[in-house]
Amino acid sequence: MVKLKVNGVEQSFTGDPDMPLLWYLRDVLGLTGTKYGCGIALCGACTVHKDGKAARSCITPMSAVAGSQVVTIEGIGEHGLHAVQKAWIATNVPQCGFCQSGQIMQAVSFLESNHNPSDKDIETAMAGNICRCGTYQRIRAAIKSAAGGAA
Amino acid sequence: MTLVNVSRRGFLVGIASSGALVLAARLIPKALYTDAVSAAGGQDSAFHPGVFFGLDTDGTVYIVAHRSEMGTGIRTSLPLVVADELDADWKRVRVEQAAGDARYGNQDTDGSWSIRGFFEVMREAGATGRMMLMQAAAQQWGVPVSECETDLHTVIHKASGRKAGYGELAAAAAKLPVPKKEDLKFKSKEAYRYIGKGMPSFDLTNLCSGHAIYGMDIRVDGMLYASIERSPVLGGKVKTFDDKQALLVKGVRQTVSIDPFTPPHGMQALGGIAVIADNTWSAMQGRKKLKVEWDDSSHAVYNSQSFKNELEDTARKPGKAARTVGDVDAEFAKGGKIMEASYYAPHLAHASMEPPVAVADFRNGKITVWCSTQDPQGLQEVVGKAVGVSKENVLCHVPLLGGGFGRKSMHDVAAEAVILSKKVGSPVKVAWSREDDIKFDYFHAVSAMYMKAALDSQGKPTAWLQRSVFTPIGSTFDVKAQYGGNFEMCMGWTDMPFDVPNIRVENGPATAHVRIGWLRSVANIYHAFAVQSFANELAYAANREPLEYLLELIGPARSVDMKGVDYPNYNASLDTYPVDTGRLRRVTEMAAEKAGWGKKKMAKGTGMGIAAHRSFLTYVATVVEVEVSDQGDIRIPRVETVVDLGTVVNPEITRAQFEGAAVFGTSLALMGEITAKDGVIEQSNFNDYPVARIYEAPYHTNVHIVESSAPPAGVGEPGVPPFAPALCNAIFAATGKRIRELPIAKTSLTT
Repeated sequence: MVKLKVNGVEQSFTGDPDMPLLWYLRDVLGLTGTKYGCGIALCGACTVHKDGKAARSCITPMSAVAGSQVVTIEGIGEHGLHAVQKAWIATNVPQCGFCQSGQIMQAVSFLESNHNPSDKDIETAMAGNICRCGTYQRIRAAIKSAAGGAA
Repeated sequence: MTLVNVSRRGFLVGIASSGALVLAARLIPKALYTDAVSAAGGQDSAFHPGVFFGLDTDGTVYIVAHRSEMGTGIRTSLPLVVADELDADWKRVRVEQAAGDARYGNQDTDGSWSIRGFFEVMREAGATGRMMLMQAAAQQWGVPVSECETDLHTVIHKASGRKAGYGELAAAAAKLPVPKKEDLKFKSKEAYRYIGKGMPSFDLTNLCSGHAIYGMDIRVDGMLYASIERSPVLGGKVKTFDDKQALLVKGVRQTVSIDPFTPPHGMQALGGIAVIADNTWSAMQGRKKLKVEWDDSSHAVYNSQSFKNELEDTARKPGKAARTVGDVDAEFAKGGKIMEASYYAPHLAHASMEPPVAVADFRNGKITVWCSTQDPQGLQEVVGKAVGVSKENVLCHVPLLGGGFGRKSMHDVAAEAVILSKKVGSPVKVAWSREDDIKFDYFHAVSAMYMKAALDSQGKPTAWLQRSVFTPIGSTFDVKAQYGGNFEMCMGWTDMPFDVPNIRVENGPATAHVRIGWLRSVANIYHAFAVQSFANELAYAANREPLEYLLELIGPARSVDMKGVDYPNYNASLDTYPVDTGRLRRVTEMAAEKAGWGKKKMAKGTGMGIAAHRSFLTYVATVVEVEVSDQGDIRIPRVETVVDLGTVVNPEITRAQFEGAAVFGTSLALMGEITAKDGVIEQSNFNDYPVARIYEAPYHTNVHIVESSAPPAGVGEPGVPPFAPALCNAIFAATGKRIRELPIAKTSLTT
């Protein structure tokens, strides 16, 4: 049995401990905001926070989240929307939007350790998150605006 | 268009407050759609083009989006047109997604024609509602309707100072006959509240909060999950299979075989062995334990390496002429300066972030499908045929699409889901893995282009021959198809716009060994690459400034004469949408100006390139600025794109589409390539089929929209074609290296 907290709620899991967290969130808990995009940590669509840090849920087995605090896109805003989500909205970032949960989760985690990111910092931090619609320049702008707002 | 006031036919029973005004059939929140279908009872089978709206007595306006939302914003922009003519408050509008239904007319969200095709229909729907609300108010107040006007969800009679909200008038308006089109009052362009100004995506907050529901997110009671092992070679059949180990995987319920397709493959299921399980993970694990031996088909001969040589050979031999002006042969025979060049562009995969996915529920001969599809009506037909059910018995819900790019106009995944649901007796979700998506895509055609020109003493072409050879999309529907269809030839090929006295446009044959489909801007990609690269090559050969040379090639403002050419013009009239070199010229000049062409001092290893192209009736010119390091690494600091697409509904979303097109163009220009070996696709995921990441994409793309009151044209696709040639021309300016083969990664740019 794996015990963990997801968005602050205690959960226990008795299935295959090798099952990636992604499929537990989506198929078992019905938290579909976290997306599948590649299954091998190449695209970042599945990004969640594990104990406060961005993690690729598609390659994180359930056995590795025993006792962990997992936060998904659905749980990121404690009071309504998170500042990063607000910046995303103000910048009209999404097109199809499918990758944006992962982008936002990556950006939130990154901005917690860097309040004044340079372009280079942003490119490095966001390099693992693919957006096939090509919203990168708006992602960059939204991250800067969220950082400015937080400062 | 006939608008029918259906509120008296009982469509809204139990749906909105009684007395609500509803125009036409599909104005109904989708959860209640099934009831509406039975309420219609087949009597309402008249063609109702376009979108319609409903107005509840609380003032809520429902507007139906009948086109699929894959990121282009169409689910917002078309309803916005209705809202504008209705003079509705957008804050009180709810957009409801339509299911597939022939009464909307063609719902296939492809070809960048949604705004063009439905702009007037939406205006009429909105203006009709507004007129009925004014008539209802005029009746109540005993004043002539001509004295009434509206202001944001309110009808006003200025003389008496009376006002009534739309909600208050809904019941009375619902009792009125639908006014004739000639009695409607349309807004003047100046009075538009939303058209040309735009609104953010209706779904914006949900897209940022994880609450948007895509095809992949559909969950249905009792749903099982399938993962399917398919033949690595197109058309291969199962020789033997052993599922013992697969069935031992926890959560796996059973395996089911799907019959191989009968050629042509069309949109049929590919065939294979499906593992059915309680969740996605178990299905995937079970599939890994399957032991399947395949009988390869004749397509096992496909090797991209040798096929490239074949294509290039074919491109050097005379082909079928698709457009002839003057006599190029006579001109070439005169001798003088002859220029030739060959270009090559590989297969591409769509790689939308959401791979193909569908949920199907087969029950008592009726089918419900939830699918992130670009074409719900096409899906109804394909899915019905897969299990011998008429399309009328297929209900197709359309959740959001996690990208489409043309892949999701194909319905093979939904066919798989319904076949499995019928066999298993439960709703089944088929979610393709990324590997499935890359290996079993309907690929963008592989192509070779041969170009030849004769130049006069000033370096201006006197003859221009261009020949393309590509695996046609027609091969998906006809095993014998080897030549490009007129819809592919019209994409930047037969409409080659240059002012040259002798022109011949040709196409040669190619046999496809993988499934070929539409990919964002389709044949324009390779055609624009060849035409715009060759124009640039000629400029240098003639010792001319490339921009000035390009403008001279485009020539004076005129409509290119397409007489005698089988030229579908994106299914639009050539009178309304001619091939207008004046507009092409203007975007080219503007792009150069925005980029500071010829004025900005370029450092060593940097350069600017330009390309201009008309596609989907939209004129686009793109200037790409590039930096190439000594190690051959490419950076794209800036892109300037000028777009003339006539009337624009939603400028901000339009700009975003062209920003995205530059990134899509970057991916295909720099790194995109799908290859086959012995019929098997060699790529599998983002490691070997990379797409542009944030540090590879253009740092900044500035999109400039030309002010125009011309009829609306395409948004989603036309930004893509000029990008690759503009980038390659920039690389030539920066390094002196000419790229004739995509992707650029195959050419070393190290100095």
